[in-house]
Amino acid sequence: MEYFLKLFLSGTAKGSIYALMALGYTMVYGIIQLINFAHGEIYMIGGFTALILGGVFFSKGMPVGLVLFFSVLLSVMYAAAFGFTVEKIAYRPLRGKPRLSALISAIGVSIVLQNFVLLSQTEKFLPFPSYLPEFSWLQPYKAYINSTQLIILAVTTVIMVLLTLLIKFTRTGKAMRATAQDMHMAQLVGVDVNRVISVTFIMGSALAAIGGVLICSYMGQINYYIGFVAGIKAFVAAVLGGIGSIPGAVLGSFVLGWTESFGTGYISSDYEDAFAFVILIVILLIKPDGILGRTQKQKV
Amino acid sequence: MKFLDIYSSHQLASFIIYAHVLYMRKEEYKMKRRNTVLMVFAMVSLLILSGTQSVFAAPTIKIGVAGAFSGDLASYGLPTVNAAKLVVKDINAKGGINGQKVELVIEDDQCKPELATNAAAKLVSSRVVAVIGHICSGATKAALGIYKDSELVTISPSATTPSLTQSGEYPNFFRTIAPDDAQAKLATDFLTKTLKLKRIAVLHDKGDYGKGFAELVKQYAEESGVTVALFEGVNPGAPDYSAVVNKIGNAKVDGVVWGGYHPEASKLVQQMKDKGMNIPFISDDGVKDNTFIEVAGKYSEGVYATGPTDTSSNPLAIKAIEDHKKEFGSEPGAFYLNAYAATQALLNAIAKAKSTDYDKIVAALQSEYVDTSLGRISFDKRGDIIGFGFSVFQVQNGKYVELK
Repeated sequence: MEYFLKLFLSGTAKGSIYALMALGYTMVYGIIQLINFAHGEIYMIGGFTALILGGVFFSKGMPVGLVLFFSVLLSVMYAAAFGFTVEKIAYRPLRGKPRLSALISAIGVSIVLQNFVLLSQTEKFLPFPSYLPEFSWLQPYKAYINSTQLIILAVTTVIMVLLTLLIKFTRTGKAMRATAQDMHMAQLVGVDVNRVISVTFIMGSALAAIGGVLICSYMGQINYYIGFVAGIKAFVAAVLGGIGSIPGAVLGSFVLGWTESFGTGYISSDYEDAFAFVILIVILLIKPDGILGRTQKQKV
Repeated sequence: MKFLDIYSSHQLASFIIYAHVLYMRKEEYKMKRRNTVLMVFAMVSLLILSGTQSVFAAPTIKIGVAGAFSGDLASYGLPTVNAAKLVVKDINAKGGINGQKVELVIEDDQCKPELATNAAAKLVSSRVVAVIGHICSGATKAALGIYKDSELVTISPSATTPSLTQSGEYPNFFRTIAPDDAQAKLATDFLTKTLKLKRIAVLHDKGDYGKGFAELVKQYAEESGVTVALFEGVNPGAPDYSAVVNKIGNAKVDGVVWGGYHPEASKLVQQMKDKGMNIPFISDDGVKDNTFIEVAGKYSEGVYATGPTDTSSNPLAIKAIEDHKKEFGSEPGAFYLNAYAATQALLNAIAKAKSTDYDKIVAALQSEYVDTSLGRISFDKRGDIIGFGFSVFQVQNGKYVELK
């Protein structure tokens, strides 16, 4: 039972890591039906920015709490600016064109950003210092969960709740839902679609940056390629939960995390990816739109 | 009978040999190989004899150097040429060996087996007395048959496939690098004899290198009575290994062996120590990299890793590196010191044997100890290097320290 609980918590921690990234995928997809492959790279850039800024602030003798606050805040802003620009340059000109064009553009952006960081920073793995607090009251339970995992879990939950509220109850959220339903109709009733899409990208990229800082703190390392691996799994999680749905992305991530964790724990980690994709296939066979995905009605 | 000049007769001879090699391969050795080579040899000697007398007039000892000197693996091969050139330059400056100057014959194989047989045939026809090379294991294996039939000693600085020496098929083959399985053997010896572990977990990254190491450790450990309670591959690059770390905890092992590279190793040690598991962590030379210590920081403390023995404090190695900088204006590349030592050992054996006779060179290589850039080395009966290999290192105070 104790082993079961350990695996459950480890799956939860893993799930919350996936969820942090899956939220960004699902938001963008929900609005413009684009799989934003560059999301993983924005996450990596967020991590890198925090690493650089953190190093600068720390050397100026700032206390750890402030270092964390400012480096996260600035890297979130920087990543958001990146997301905004990428959308303007690479996706907007392709809006209304076949969806495949935008998808390929997204893959292109992902490759460009990876190589940009590779050339401008380094190809090496760098240590990522943890600015996150260590909870001493968690010490007795360290075999089950550590402070960073708990923080990631908490942040994921808070972000999910905030996003859901934002989309349900604010004007921007309403505009987002309208754009998601029918972009032309939304335009006709006076929604500034361009602005809505820009806001979506800014929010998605900001989330990616938060994820970048937290996950890199957890892993203790960063290099230009981390976005790719994490991005693939987060994408699977988003599809699993029903792409386009905010609670779906989180639920899908947890299902994926638990599947991998129990699969590793009770069978073998050799087949970790196999478990992930088997569960994906099973769920898509039963519910083609994912666990919480809305069934798309065919428009006639 | 000087109807061909020496150059074209060489070309012709190598072409004939190459054609025969191809023919032999195609016919799947239907003809007895030895006979064919003898036949070819008869033709070659005839051609060379008819060519010119200058071959015999030149009082040089010819040493072949073969390997990847162009193509995408050239960076592995070119340092060997530089090393051989420098050693030969030193020897010739001192008057050569047994009164004869040494001359290098360089042939490129691009690490491709089909080009390696060609290069080997050319070297044989150039009447070299021994060969330094080849660089890649596959190319070396392809060329070795030809050298064996021509009774040429071959010393590779870099071919690590265990079977090259262990099969006993090539008594003419020597190498100045430890074979691939030496690391796994050393790591297993260390964990069974020094750390006295009884029950271990072996993890790997599913790659050729890491999994190969892990499988050998598992095999050797089980042979020496250690229980391998867990043997699993993990996904490289994954952000989280806590599930497999829990599994290690559940398996109640007293040590973990990791076959793979440092990025995963640092996540594993970090997540193990976070969960309060303070058991020995033993890995390979993919982890014996200072980046591991930088990235894993305090978590790296106490980690064991096997890696090539550190020879940088050896005065001959320092001289070899300085000479390279002086002559070529750059830091030496991969396998440079191994190639340097290979050339030194070969020339020493020729000097000690006072002959370029195959049997005498082999006997000298196996009986004489010689000071080289890798330290004081010799070769065992199979042709593997003695006196240089892998050592166990441990991270102590943020540095890898060799455990003696």
